[in-house]
Amino acid sequence: MMRLFLNAIGLRGPGLEGWAASVPVLAGHAPYQSAATIVPPPALLPANERRRAPQIVKLALCVGAEAFEGAGVAPADCPSVFTSSGGDGETIHNILSTLAGPTRELSPTRFHNSVHNVAAGYWSIATGAKTPATSLCAHDGSFAAGLLEAGAQALAASGNVVLIAYDLPYPPPLDAVRPISAPFAVALLLSSAPTPRSLARLEIGLTAPPPSPCATPELEALRQTIPAARALPLLEAVAKTGTGSITLDYLDDLALAVQVTPP
Amino acid sequence: MKPLFVSSLSLVSALGDGQDATWTALREGRSALAPCTFAPLPIDAWAGEVQGLDEPLPAPFTAFDCRNNRLAERALAADDFEHAVRRAVAQYGAARVGLFTGTSTSGILQSEQAYHRLDPQTGALPAGFAYAETHNTYALGRFLRARLGLKGPSFTLSTACAATAKLFAVATRMIEAGLCDAAVIGGADSFCGTTLFGFHALGVMAQGPCRPFDAARNGISIGEAAGFALLERAPDKPAPEALLLRGTGESADAHHMSSPDPQGTGAATAMRQALADAGCEPAAIDYINLHGTATLVGDSAEDKAVTSLFGPDTPRSSAKGFTGHTLGAAGMVGAALAALALRHGFVPGSPHTNRLDTGFAPGHVLAGRPAPVRLVMCNAFGFGGVNCSFILGRQP
Repeated sequence: MMRLFLNAIGLRGPGLEGWAASVPVLAGHAPYQSAATIVPPPALLPANERRRAPQIVKLALCVGAEAFEGAGVAPADCPSVFTSSGGDGETIHNILSTLAGPTRELSPTRFHNSVHNVAAGYWSIATGAKTPATSLCAHDGSFAAGLLEAGAQALAASGNVVLIAYDLPYPPPLDAVRPISAPFAVALLLSSAPTPRSLARLEIGLTAPPPSPCATPELEALRQTIPAARALPLLEAVAKTGTGSITLDYLDDLALAVQVTPP
Repeated sequence: MKPLFVSSLSLVSALGDGQDATWTALREGRSALAPCTFAPLPIDAWAGEVQGLDEPLPAPFTAFDCRNNRLAERALAADDFEHAVRRAVAQYGAARVGLFTGTSTSGILQSEQAYHRLDPQTGALPAGFAYAETHNTYALGRFLRARLGLKGPSFTLSTACAATAKLFAVATRMIEAGLCDAAVIGGADSFCGTTLFGFHALGVMAQGPCRPFDAARNGISIGEAAGFALLERAPDKPAPEALLLRGTGESADAHHMSSPDPQGTGAATAMRQALADAGCEPAAIDYINLHGTATLVGDSAEDKAVTSLFGPDTPRSSAKGFTGHTLGAAGMVGAALAALALRHGFVPGSPHTNRLDTGFAPGHVLAGRPAPVRLVMCNAFGFGGVNCSFILGRQP
């Protein structure tokens, strides 16, 4: 059992434009309005890097930046855990197409953008964070995997650890074997001790499936079709009353039990 | 940290299957690098290919069949590793054994081959293509969890060439947090067009074999490897010969996506933290297994970082002249070399390194030699500016 404090949240998804704007929808106080995911240009990145950064980096950086806004913590001081069910689909597709073609001449930038930890790399460059950065994958269970690792890091650290989970749809033909319905990203700032800004206390342990569904059918559809959106039941519990007992999707035979209480 | 017991360790690389085959090559100073025949690169690239990966995985694991998972399977058979896992499962229960794997490219070769066979009309992937079981980064973890019957927490860590090295820190935290009692860590990286043509595109592939820290070094040779370690809580009084994980350190360069900080500041931070975690002074380290991939900037930065912390004389060498750069699996190659250095009292040399670059510290070992070894520092650095160091050795 890991006891942690959730200190800030960043959120981007279809119809979900930031944590504060999404609280009424997640709490069930306002209707969900479907809309394409809006990813603002990453102000954190210098112009040169912004041009080279693939879409998945922009998505991850925007929720990371949101979580740190007003959190009273500098990103440069925080270890970071990035988690995604895959890399940048456009980059991978482009490399695979080039390798199947006659010349096989890859772009060096595209090659370094193809690594799974591409968002972690750009994040540390953008924020100047020389703290440890890691990048994980557990396919559909990637959010839960990231929460375990970020939680274990927060228990071992004195300050905050940021978890950033994100997924983008794949282009064809990969989308047929890996359907992801929309861009979605969430960032959680976690620590082992409460802070004046803590939003909730989380007690996290391993349990058996099934995972908890979302309260609203539209959010449940996102949860089922985007791995990073497996975080939504946790966000609903925090948004609603700050209290709840939920089960988060992880592996076929393993899930995460999360007890949410006020800090 | 409280030391963890490394109760079993396996390695398969171009040097052969298992620690004994690896030790024979280290003792003889024999490199496994040879001209690369796997892909038609436009330069005289050399590589460390693992032979005999042609047999498909047997049922019921046929969906997972790909070069990377075949290589992982080989490393389960090496060094009796699978038996060690079965023993841990019997002792702790399958739900209490974590599985934390590392890779950079997983089974992307499977997708590369599938893209050659796209439907000419629709552009669709060939029927039966199993993305989640082969290409996906977690395919390695999914395969091994099924194959070993493990029921504990699992993920695949993918931070390019520092992937498996970071797993030593992951396992330490997961056991400390009470999420498991033992952890299987390790991983595999195997040849694919993405890395071979990718590193060539970056202009960092060597003509001929790689020559770590040599004045004439001109880039990397890519190798394949898979390796695993079983980590458990150490007894209060470990046996004198017990292999222990003594400390880990991690940092980021915050400098560039594919090029290290030339000053080696982040690398030095990771090493310093590993020393602090182990509670030991730099002078206590008897041998440093360097990342040393034989790029101009990378080797220079690491030499600066190591010398700034340890001074010029601590024996040090890179495995890359033996095995090639095994990318995400490099941490497991480092761990196996550390274990062999400790067991045999031997510091490995660096085949193909003929003339140390001027200005590099004299501690670089070119020809392996007997030496007392009680503590070994292993380094692994990767794209994205990821740095990781860990210390293996005897009890304090």
